[in-house]
Amino acid sequence: MAECHPVGFQWVMEAKARGARVIHVDPRFTRTSALADTYVPLRAGTDIVFLGAIVSYILENGLDFRDYVVAYTNASHLVSEDFVDTEDLDGLFSGFDPESCTYDPSSWRYAGTAARSRSSGPGGTDGADGAPHEEGSHGPPLGDGDPERDPTLRHPRCVYQVLKRHFARYTPELVEAVCGTPKDVFLEVCRAWTSSSGRDRTTALVYSVGWTQHSVGVQYIRAGSIIQLLLGNMGRPGGGVLALRGHASIQGSTDIPTLFDLLPGYLPMPDAKDHLDLTAYVDSIVGPRQKGFWAGADTYMVSLLKAYWGDAAQPENDFCFDHLPRVTGDHGTYQQVLDMIDGKISGYFLLGQNPAVGSAHGKAQRLGMANLDWVVVRDLFEIESATFWRDGPEIQTGEISASTCRTEVFFLPAASHVEKEGTFTQTQRLLQWREKAVEPEGDCRSELWFSFHLGRRVREKLARSTDDRDRPILDLTWDYPTEGVTAEPRADAVLAEINGFDLSTGAPLSSFLDMRADGTTSGGCWIYTGVYAGGVNQAARRRPGSEQDWVAAEWGWAWPLNRRILYNRASADPEGRPWSDRKAYVWWDQAAGEWTGHDVVDFERTKAPGYRPPPGSRGPLAIAGDDPFVMQADGKGWLFAPSGLVDGPLPAHYEPAESLVANPLYGQDANPARQRFPRSDNPHQPSGAQSGSGVFPYVFTTSRLTEHHTAGGMSRYVGRLADLQPELFIEISPGLASERGLSHLDWAHLVTARSAVEARVLVTDRLRPLRLGERVVHQLCIPYHWGTGGITTGDAANDLVGITLDPNVHIQESKVGTCDLRAGRRPSGQALLTYLEDYRRRAGIDPATGLPTAANEGIGT
Amino acid sequence: MKAFPDSSVFDPLDPATESGHLDAPPRVGFFTDTSLCIGCKACEVACNEWNEVPGGDRRLLGSSYDNTGALGANAWRHVVFIEQRVTTEGPSEPVEPAFPSLSGTDGGGGGIDFRWLMSSDVCKHCTHAACLDVCPTGSLFRTKFGTVVVQDDICNGCGYCIPACPYGVIDQREGDGRAWKCTLCYDRLEADLEPACAKACPTDSIQFGELDDLRARAAARVEHLHDAGIGQALLYGEDPEDGVGGSAAFFLLLDRPEVYGLPPDPVVTTRDLPAMWRRAGAAAATMAVGTVIAFLGHRR
Repeated sequence: MAECHPVGFQWVMEAKARGARVIHVDPRFTRTSALADTYVPLRAGTDIVFLGAIVSYILENGLDFRDYVVAYTNASHLVSEDFVDTEDLDGLFSGFDPESCTYDPSSWRYAGTAARSRSSGPGGTDGADGAPHEEGSHGPPLGDGDPERDPTLRHPRCVYQVLKRHFARYTPELVEAVCGTPKDVFLEVCRAWTSSSGRDRTTALVYSVGWTQHSVGVQYIRAGSIIQLLLGNMGRPGGGVLALRGHASIQGSTDIPTLFDLLPGYLPMPDAKDHLDLTAYVDSIVGPRQKGFWAGADTYMVSLLKAYWGDAAQPENDFCFDHLPRVTGDHGTYQQVLDMIDGKISGYFLLGQNPAVGSAHGKAQRLGMANLDWVVVRDLFEIESATFWRDGPEIQTGEISASTCRTEVFFLPAASHVEKEGTFTQTQRLLQWREKAVEPEGDCRSELWFSFHLGRRVREKLARSTDDRDRPILDLTWDYPTEGVTAEPRADAVLAEINGFDLSTGAPLSSFLDMRADGTTSGGCWIYTGVYAGGVNQAARRRPGSEQDWVAAEWGWAWPLNRRILYNRASADPEGRPWSDRKAYVWWDQAAGEWTGHDVVDFERTKAPGYRPPPGSRGPLAIAGDDPFVMQADGKGWLFAPSGLVDGPLPAHYEPAESLVANPLYGQDANPARQRFPRSDNPHQPSGAQSGSGVFPYVFTTSRLTEHHTAGGMSRYVGRLADLQPELFIEISPGLASERGLSHLDWAHLVTARSAVEARVLVTDRLRPLRLGERVVHQLCIPYHWGTGGITTGDAANDLVGITLDPNVHIQESKVGTCDLRAGRRPSGQALLTYLEDYRRRAGIDPATGLPTAANEGIGT
Repeated sequence: MKAFPDSSVFDPLDPATESGHLDAPPRVGFFTDTSLCIGCKACEVACNEWNEVPGGDRRLLGSSYDNTGALGANAWRHVVFIEQRVTTEGPSEPVEPAFPSLSGTDGGGGGIDFRWLMSSDVCKHCTHAACLDVCPTGSLFRTKFGTVVVQDDICNGCGYCIPACPYGVIDQREGDGRAWKCTLCYDRLEADLEPACAKACPTDSIQFGELDDLRARAAARVEHLHDAGIGQALLYGEDPEDGVGGSAAFFLLLDRPEVYGLPPDPVVTTRDLPAMWRRAGAAAATMAVGTVIAFLGHRR
């Protein structure tokens, strides 16, 4: 955090000064480790063993916050008799189809609920699996019926007992043997976490998005959530699971998404097969007995369609639902890049993104972009994704030729964050309005200007079209007021549109609860409704902390409805009393008959703790007075996920797709449902005990430095920052240096099946070999900021990484892999290709390497 | 004991008043608390940017994460990174509680403690500033804030100040010839703004303020760290009775000063000048007397 979020880290230092204990778990000793009270090393890619062993420590020692767990989580729910755990299937959950490598999750359901119908069949191994994107990011629905429960938590099939059995083998000894973390250091973490949780204390879990960059990334975060739920750290002040993003407004770009499978507010993007009309779409989000606020999905969706298409959206035409594009499979960034290579995509917009450096398998990225009709790059500088056709590494190897590259590149200079207005949304879901400090120079323009005027011009060109396919463009509401000589659209007008209006009065909505499904309201993102309540830009509020209470509700605006802590009903006990005076946050005021407290309560204001839903009710009505998790289909925090995930209801340890070791827990090495792309241009390395894995004997992870920003587009081109870290380097331990005959600052190169990357080595005690039983594992780190452009240049570390994805969210496994380390510089030009070919030959790599077979993963044995 | 027992000139004093600023505001300075430094180098960038300090050599030094190297004409703030290996007798050796321990994780099996120290160094703005004492042009002067500033339009590049500095701070700029160093953002102080480095520091490792306040804050912080078991925490440069009469930029260090590349016992290099002048004066007087006597003798 100090390394990548130095400004945010001031609050950690502030907390530390007040007595907080800071624990840093990381394969690499960073600037955060230097300031932490305890640094905990571990082998990259083993986090589920680490976290699972904490779960086990909690359960075996009875340290869970029992009152919270029984009342607020699904610990007492019984799991269906059909469910079989990884412990009994050697690393597979029940429902696995070895042909397609996908799960049928119906056996993971609660006992007493029906299996959900899944109309889409499982996809193949070609990466075009249709299932994951349909899960969306909303609280997943449950099948019909009431889950059976055992509040004593003794029933062998209750979630609590299932969890206990599932993690029983995840012990401190296993942590030492698999993660390489010394047992005493691990137990110190267990004690610190559990002793700082409970009625009187809470612990926050902060992760950085490197955690998501694994083939089991979603399950990492699930594992963290399980611990936080068991310890009662959710919905309470000082608790939570907080993601630190790579950029200033990545939270905002999932809320109002740049993701192919989501519409604003975590509504799923409609699917071509199943969502033939609005009713079918809404039914797929809202289960027949859906509890909670997702039951209002029809109002959110219709308001969105009204925001998009205004008067054209009418009940008779399904509010223009058919104007929306449909998803036909995985259209995530990696599938797209491979589709570009295959000639299936003709154009590409890159707004502030530099995939030639920042995305996994850089060569595939560049070869894909070199096979387009056009690419539009909007950035502060002419980054590698705009220059790959003339100075990318493939020019040297002859794989791209500037004279024959067919791609037409349009580079458009972008306005920086101080040259445009708008909001940033950070990890706490807080929107903060940002003023324009100076006018952008020359042709630099904001993204808002670009999008608006591009749309305007396209609409002008299509104005006389009678073709039905142009209706979605022509029917759009596209009339933002503009100002200044550049005709910059008013960002606050866009924010007001996102907030939504009561269309009968023209007044801004103040709550998503006021949204209607009859077309009388509009709203561009239902969770943001209220940000323009009363016609006032609430995100622009800057009342100083000294002039308000500690929750500081008048600084910016947090979605939803300015709630600073989600699910904060959980900060009070089932009867509505604070768990303790020290941690009082919101509580039930019996005399007034309403919830009150420091924050906007995340509950219906007058719903008493003793409220019990009438039989057969749905929506918010079905949420009991002591069900805090109001977006979940059962109102509970999910220790066990009966639906919504495609790779298992519980986290289980799998080795990274490319690992030095076989899975010590199960016959199944890597995540069996991981998304794979077996093609000759995406070679996969043998892993674990497979023959040829010894060719790549070290673990590497890519990382960031404070001095540079992600793919370098904002730092390598800036002299002041380039000065600070003027050259790529590889960090290695003294032990590894001597093993490879390297001295400090010597040239060396890393080799994988994809590429070789050269840099000088920093030999440092900050990297320490890990002992796994009799084996010593060397890990090395390389920052991924460099590329061929800018003031300081270097090889792109992401070129080393292949394309293997988490199946839930299509995020690449780029934070752990295996490699070789050799002294000296790498070959260049054609010789590099020969060199890599030789490595692949020695390791026995062909396109099928890494595919599940009986021989290499034990499937079907 | 006073460093300058025989000289009233070098007694602890308020340098601004001593330099003739009759209505001098309270003396200001930096308290750099290295126990809070996260090595982000925002101070370096803010300083370079505000003061238009040209860039450095831009090469990988291999000095941990430091590629600036040292304070100089083109580096008025410099963050040092010290990777420190502390070999212990064995795994039972108590580990410094405030800092991470890697004991027992050494692949070779040895017990090694490790810590990574970071510190942002800067001109000390000494109470007794030798650079200022030796400057023949008056380019270096004492401001009303008690700070020491080079006037770039007066400096003639003679370079006397450079060997005079006991810390090696002030430096001649290549291709320019003049001497440059931290001004404690003289222009910002005049505008009632804090210096750029302190403003940019995210963790308040660099604290700007009135020197008396800073000294009180520093004393409390050291006590706090000692209470927390960090026995090595010490203050460097805050003592008005040290060899430079105390500095306006002082530090809380987590190890001995020399570990950070700071002189353990700095002394103003012009300390002996009065005595030297007295001796030279005496010698001259003796010579004069001798000459007179010789002449008188000759006449005789």
